[in-house]
Amino acid sequence: MIVAVASGKGGTGKTTVSASLASVWPSPVVAVDLDVEEPNLHLFMNPDISAQDPSYIEIPEIDDEKCTRCRACTDICQFKAIGIFGEVVMTFPEMCHGCGACWTICPEKAITPGKRELGQILSGRSGPSAFVMGRLRVGEAMSPPLMRDVKRHLNSGNGYADRDIIIDAPPGVSCPAINAVMDADVIVLVTEPTPFGLYDLALAQQAFAPLGKPMGVVINRADIGTRDVYDHCQKTGLTILAEIPYQRDIAEAYAKGQIIAAAVPSMRALFETLVGQIKTLHGQPSMAREVKHA
Amino acid sequence: MEKIAVSSEGPDMDARVDPRFGRAAGFIIIDPDTMAFEYVDNGSSQVMAQGAGIQAAEIVAATGARVLLTGFVGPKAFQALNAAGITIGQNVDNLTVREAVQRFQAGDVPVADAPNSRGHRS
Repeated sequence: MIVAVASGKGGTGKTTVSASLASVWPSPVVAVDLDVEEPNLHLFMNPDISAQDPSYIEIPEIDDEKCTRCRACTDICQFKAIGIFGEVVMTFPEMCHGCGACWTICPEKAITPGKRELGQILSGRSGPSAFVMGRLRVGEAMSPPLMRDVKRHLNSGNGYADRDIIIDAPPGVSCPAINAVMDADVIVLVTEPTPFGLYDLALAQQAFAPLGKPMGVVINRADIGTRDVYDHCQKTGLTILAEIPYQRDIAEAYAKGQIIAAAVPSMRALFETLVGQIKTLHGQPSMAREVKHA
Repeated sequence: MEKIAVSSEGPDMDARVDPRFGRAAGFIIIDPDTMAFEYVDNGSSQVMAQGAGIQAAEIVAATGARVLLTGFVGPKAFQALNAAGITIGQNVDNLTVREAVQRFQAGDVPVADAPNSRGHRS
């Protein structure tokens, strides 16, 4: 089973929930940080990193001799990664999304795939858990290709095959967030009972609903704010899987970089129950029918 | 003399200079000898999610203009215009196209040697 821990709003507790789930999961998991723009799961899981592999995206390299300036590449490129200015052909590698349309369409075969480094894939162990994270190169803007590469790494053997996977997803509802949850079997949405939490929860719910995956909600800092998130969940049929209280000992453990399920006894019990809830959700028919109401 | 392109908010010489290069409404291409001009629409660049400056540079290069007068040019567009051999006069703003051309002809528009806008992705 693949569990993606996501949220519309940032800072609601995705990493806290991901690390705790990994620590109480009944069998050793693969914990994956797919928030490649600012990965932080390692700060809590303290993995021993044993491998660090660069990740690349394919970008066009143009043979100026073969190029006839026919403009087929620059016309098909949706991102203006290739420009033709009079007789001058230029590539803008940082604009390229690596789709390969240019070298596919070039009638002169003047374009070949080169590469640009997107970032790194780091892997190792944290206790019984395997640990994998993507880390985007500073200055790089395109995270989904690196995320896809991290997912390829997960499918490449490395002893991950029989394990459940817990994905710490990036916040938001744009391409990176969709990329992180699209292969999951269950999506856990972490939110907080504030107007911000509610607004972004509803966005995430709408963005992910077309994927037809079972979704449930973890409410963090459950004692603050209003009841609006609860009302929303009830109205739209979102199961509330767990409520993490707004409590000093939890905040202190978090601030020390500890995994709250390991450091706070009541949290261990809460996350063990949450594992059961997620497994139940996994067995349920998908939420695809909710799409039209979302 | 070489043709001059001016980023413009409208299709004639009395239109305001559009301070944006990449997302300008269009370009007036002027033959400074006769002051004859044509208008080239840049709407296709305005709607782009990214790369508007690069596409606008392609459009200007295709007109054969060798001089561009505009407000702000980002780094990629600057690189592209340089590659196309187009001289850039920046910080031309709050003028009509006609006034901008007159000012350039009077030698009051310095040639830019670096982009004056950070662009949207860097």
